Amino acid sequence: MTLAPDPQDKFAEYAHPERLVSTEWLAANLGAEGLVVVESDEDVLLYETGHIPGAVKIDWHTELNDEVTRDYIDGEGFARLMASKGITRDSTVVIYGDKSNWWAAYALWVFTLFGHEDVRLLDGGRDKWVAEDRPLTTDKPGIAAVDYPVVERDDAPIRAYLGDVLEHLGNPLIDVRSGDEYTGARTTMPAYPEEGALRGGHIPTARSVPWARAAAPDGTFRSRAELDAIYRDEAGLQDGDDVVAYCRIGERSSHTWFVLTHLLGFERVRNYDGSWTEWGNAVRVPIVRGTEPGDLPAAVQRSAR
Amino acid sequence: MTTGTVPAKLAEIIDDFQSLTEADRLQLLLEFSTGLPGLPERYSDHPELLEQVVECQSPLFLTMEIGDAPDRQVHLFFSAPREAPTTRGFAGVLLEGLDGLPAAEVLAVPDDVPDRLGLTRAITPLRMRGMSAMLGRIKRKIREAP
Repeated sequence: MTLAPDPQDKFAEYAHPERLVSTEWLAANLGAEGLVVVESDEDVLLYETGHIPGAVKIDWHTELNDEVTRDYIDGEGFARLMASKGITRDSTVVIYGDKSNWWAAYALWVFTLFGHEDVRLLDGGRDKWVAEDRPLTTDKPGIAAVDYPVVERDDAPIRAYLGDVLEHLGNPLIDVRSGDEYTGARTTMPAYPEEGALRGGHIPTARSVPWARAAAPDGTFRSRAELDAIYRDEAGLQDGDDVVAYCRIGERSSHTWFVLTHLLGFERVRNYDGSWTEWGNAVRVPIVRGTEPGDLPAAVQRSAR
Repeated sequence: MTTGTVPAKLAEIIDDFQSLTEADRLQLLLEFSTGLPGLPERYSDHPELLEQVVECQSPLFLTMEIGDAPDRQVHLFFSAPREAPTTRGFAGVLLEGLDGLPAAEVLAVPDDVPDRLGLTRAITPLRMRGMSAMLGRIKRKIREAP
């Protein structure tokens, strides 16, 4: 049983308004049957300091990633994870998190790999809930034992691998990292630990649109008009485009994937989760340094495939 | 890699972590996080005196006071926002384990101490690097001190 969408005016302008809920909506619907609230943060301890009453925690690294292979959990792993969080296939899942929902969007994207139908983000995320002095608790939620079916992951529609991106060259690419990562001046976010990329720069022809530009200062998504100005007018995306977004490990670009897919209505957007930690280390893939998107080297189109 | 001895207080903390299950280790780290004291006024009123440890995932500010020779007793002062409990927890462990020790003992702390807390699987190696960076910065500042 899924819940009715949040009928806010702001959301009505987006392509898929049912993918967002406001803090007001969530406060009014807490405890509703069929609703599971999930917190997903960068900081692994933040949930424990206090969370939305009844919310369960999902940690991107220890719960969504495979422990050995650089990949996501499989259908059985996802079914086990969902059951352990009290989520059924019919649950309405609302995800929120720190840093403008950066990791929450990543979790939502992984839910989408498994085709979980009703999964939404809390507009403004954890920071907005806290800023509005809404209730937080350290009580552990009671989780009912439920079943979740084993559904195999379907990567192709929304996930691009290295080879897919090579095939994709010539179509729009959005690089969502910081400006210095894009130009190649550095290979990690400012203030973040080195995660090991041998080369700096960007994928040829990729346009730079740092992910956080989609968020307003209060962590909510920018309005439809503002987002259109950024992604259509400035980055040149057009209806019908086949788009690949990437960052460093695919987390920030999940946020952009959400914006392009659910807020602006692009129907063919893939997240390249290998991102720069794969591309910047791969042998003989083309790289451009500097502020310009750059051209596609003709020789590379022939040989690197 | 430094291979010195672990100071007694820090060794105790490591033992405390090691004696717990993984879930309880996180809870203990959370306690260090909530227990991290605020800055004394001479620093809270002068944030420019603090130095950011940029290798940490979340903002962490650090400053130190080093006493006179021969002991050169080390005092640590940390500041990190409450939205960064993991970073605060790491700072809390280092504060309780190292504050007040002679500089030579701090410099001799093995660089792999963060790994010995048994948190790497739950926290992930990437996040643990933040703690290694803090320890590295503390040692560097001692070495660079006049």
